[in-house]
Amino acid sequence: MSAVAETLSVTDERLAGLTLPAGGWSDAARKDAFSRLQSMGLPNRRDEYWKFTRPDTLTQALPVPAAPFVTDEVPLFDAIDRLKIVFVDGVFDAEASDDLSLEGIQIDRLAAADADIHWARDVYGVLEANGQKPVARSLAALNTAFAVDGVLIHVTGAVIKPINMIYLHKSETSDVMLHHVIKVDAGASLTVLETGPAAARLNNVMEVDIADGAAFHHARAQGRDHERRAATHMFARLGAESTFKSFTLTANGVMTRNECIIELTGDNANATVGGACVGDGDFHHDDTVFITHDAVNCESRQVFKKVLRNGATGVFQGKILVKAGAQKTDGYQISQSLLLDGDSQFLAKPELEIYADDVICSHGSTTGAIDETALFYLQSRGVPKAVATDLLTLSFLTEAVEEIEDETLRAEINTRMASWLERRGG
Amino acid sequence: MDNMVKDGVDQDTVEAVREVGGAYKHGWATDIEMEYAPKGLSTDIVRLISEKNEEPEWMLEWRLAAYDRWLKLVEPDWAMVDYPKIDFQDQYYYARPKSMEVKPKSLDEVDPKLLETYKKLGIPLKEQALLAGVEAPEGERKVAVDAVFDSVSVGTTFKDELLKAGVIFCSISEAIKDYPELVQKYLGTVVPVSDNYYATLNSAVFSDGSFVYIPPNTRCPMELSTYFRINAENTGQFERTLIIADKGSYVSYLEGCTAPQRDIAQLHAAVVELVLLDDAEIKYSTVQNWYPGDENGKGGIYNFVTKRADCRGDRSKVMWTQVETGSAVTWKYPSCILRGDDSQGEFYSIAIANNMQQADTGTKMVHLGKRTKSRIVSKGISAGKAQNTYRGLVSMHPKAKESRNYTQCDSLLIGDKCGAHTVPYIEVKNNSSRVEHEATTSKVDDDQLFYCRSRGMDEEEAVALVVNGFCKDVLQALPMEFAMEAQALVAISLEGSVG
Repeated sequence: MSAVAETLSVTDERLAGLTLPAGGWSDAARKDAFSRLQSMGLPNRRDEYWKFTRPDTLTQALPVPAAPFVTDEVPLFDAIDRLKIVFVDGVFDAEASDDLSLEGIQIDRLAAADADIHWARDVYGVLEANGQKPVARSLAALNTAFAVDGVLIHVTGAVIKPINMIYLHKSETSDVMLHHVIKVDAGASLTVLETGPAAARLNNVMEVDIADGAAFHHARAQGRDHERRAATHMFARLGAESTFKSFTLTANGVMTRNECIIELTGDNANATVGGACVGDGDFHHDDTVFITHDAVNCESRQVFKKVLRNGATGVFQGKILVKAGAQKTDGYQISQSLLLDGDSQFLAKPELEIYADDVICSHGSTTGAIDETALFYLQSRGVPKAVATDLLTLSFLTEAVEEIEDETLRAEINTRMASWLERRGG
Repeated sequence: MDNMVKDGVDQDTVEAVREVGGAYKHGWATDIEMEYAPKGLSTDIVRLISEKNEEPEWMLEWRLAAYDRWLKLVEPDWAMVDYPKIDFQDQYYYARPKSMEVKPKSLDEVDPKLLETYKKLGIPLKEQALLAGVEAPEGERKVAVDAVFDSVSVGTTFKDELLKAGVIFCSISEAIKDYPELVQKYLGTVVPVSDNYYATLNSAVFSDGSFVYIPPNTRCPMELSTYFRINAENTGQFERTLIIADKGSYVSYLEGCTAPQRDIAQLHAAVVELVLLDDAEIKYSTVQNWYPGDENGKGGIYNFVTKRADCRGDRSKVMWTQVETGSAVTWKYPSCILRGDDSQGEFYSIAIANNMQQADTGTKMVHLGKRTKSRIVSKGISAGKAQNTYRGLVSMHPKAKESRNYTQCDSLLIGDKCGAHTVPYIEVKNNSSRVEHEATTSKVDDDQLFYCRSRGMDEEEAVALVVNGFCKDVLQALPMEFAMEAQALVAISLEGSVG
């Protein structure tokens, strides 16, 4: 089958069982997304942008069944005062969730926001559509068209506590599309936490519009569930002097593709995307980042670390695009992986595309085994080899966690990461 | 600029270059009566080329198979280059100087206009004398030259002396006739007929090129050099180079390319295959100075080249060094297949793109053998409205235990209308190997420029000096003769890019 024919048949099969939800204010955006999707088609294995990750299980009509993962762990961020919004297999759980009213913030649910003119209309599908160039992200268009629920957050002032979306996975065959829209007004700030696997197969989109001088912080932990599959997209647009920080902790998961698409449109904006990943077994983890600098004197950082063992595959595709006129850009990108055995692999494509001359942009990528000298040193001090390996592995990953600004969040993530590392695959 | 004149390039040439102030130095065309095959591409043209070269039947079949394959392939479009669609039927695939119709028995029968061409090309005077049949004085450093003019090789120097050492250095058309067993054994084994669109086209229509064989345990007594020149209008040049370094041998090979100034873009699709057996070493240096087109992007060479080295033998070593200053569009990725255990590949590159030039170039290091090593140093310089892309692959296969790669690609931007891009692919499939990749992009350092200016240099001189410093790592990897030329070329290529 030719690549074009394959794309068509994959797309047709996926769309066969779906109907566009009647969304009132979001109708137009959904129809646009649907036609976008039809012209782009869903990705197939021959797509250059999916060179290192096979999209078939993410695009096929039905999800591969995934047994929910049973664990005795205390939920992450339990020690932090936060507003909880719980979805079980993509369905909003009102009882488990907190009251959605909070000072300085308006929270609606996508499924319940039936007002004809909703503020989210200016963002829903808009940032996603912007992010389709120059590379198609058709899974996100699929989401815009068909997502049934999600959270719409409009931040107008200072929010006293973080919003935590908790995604529980209970059904073996759940196939979930969630679409969140977040709008942070000028000078306002918000922290969003996302925890849990959500479903057997999750397609998650978050669009974040950050106005001048606003700040958005994001921390996510995708859990250790072995059989889950996830394709997530985060689209962010940054105004002048604004801040965007996102960090993702992932462990295992048979298939995870996290895409982050950021556009710096106002001067002096600052974006950081980071991630730490522990792959222990037959897992595949893909971080794909695309940062566009379209304003003067902006800074962006990408810091990704992966520890891979027992046959895990890590992928990093990161790009810094500096448009003509985006002078004084400072772009930094580092992707590193530690391969703890001979069966694991790391595949990377760190890209720069630069059309302005007064910039400092750099990227680095390293792959290798654990440092023998450091290991020997620790052993010579009486630390057993296994412990020494874990210590060095943890210190390697911690560098990425350092990107989280909030101390309490950082400590939570660090502790959880250490425990996941220790538990290994189990 | 310093007054250093490269050995063999006369003072007049240097003066002439200065006078034209950065305009293309090799932009002349020699008016030589040419014999053309009809325009366009068909099995008949493939047969004709084969017939003109008096090739054996197996060679013709090889070409026809390649042509069949080419018809099924699609022109690649993934490179960051943008050019009008090439009409492959609007090209001449075979052109040769009329004077070559009856091959000269000795080199002094060569058309004097051709000798004139060599002079303009800057082929060292000694070789010119040799081409005219004058013996070189004893004890002088020698470089053997094979000159390829449009479609055919017009002369190879020092052939006999090389043969005494067992080294075969001749045009590939001669090799097909004289050493068919070597050609048959190795041709197309590094770059298979079906490798890629342009390589397949080349396999079908290549008309000449160079052939080198270095026997076991032989250090080639002199540097070998090829000058390629496209002279005729609307002619594609498709040369094929095959170098075989047998066990324990060594050769240093230099390649230079020029073309006249033409308003219409011309196609160049070459294939270079290097074969290295146990303990062999090849040093392959290129100064590519095809006509880049004018400031508005009119004319110039489309340079679509496939170069690959196959380190078949254990402990073999290949070193690609390239200075890419010419061509309107460059699409070129000299690669190393590190198959033998402990084999090594190195890639040093300077790619300068000025005005409307577009370069998409880099390398592939495929590590298959154990303890294989590779090193990539790429310096890209963009000026004017040019686009310069580094595209590379480092691949560590599961069996390539304890291998090592280090990659450094730096880009320099001069002016705010140009672009510099980096597209590396890194695939690591075992954990005993180490792969490191670093890339930076920056502009010419203001402090350095200011320092040079305060010492009385004008801006262009200052930029040339800073850029030469930026390229130092690569320039140092070039053989002496080329290093000088490359350094001057760096300065010339950037003229008009500042102020």
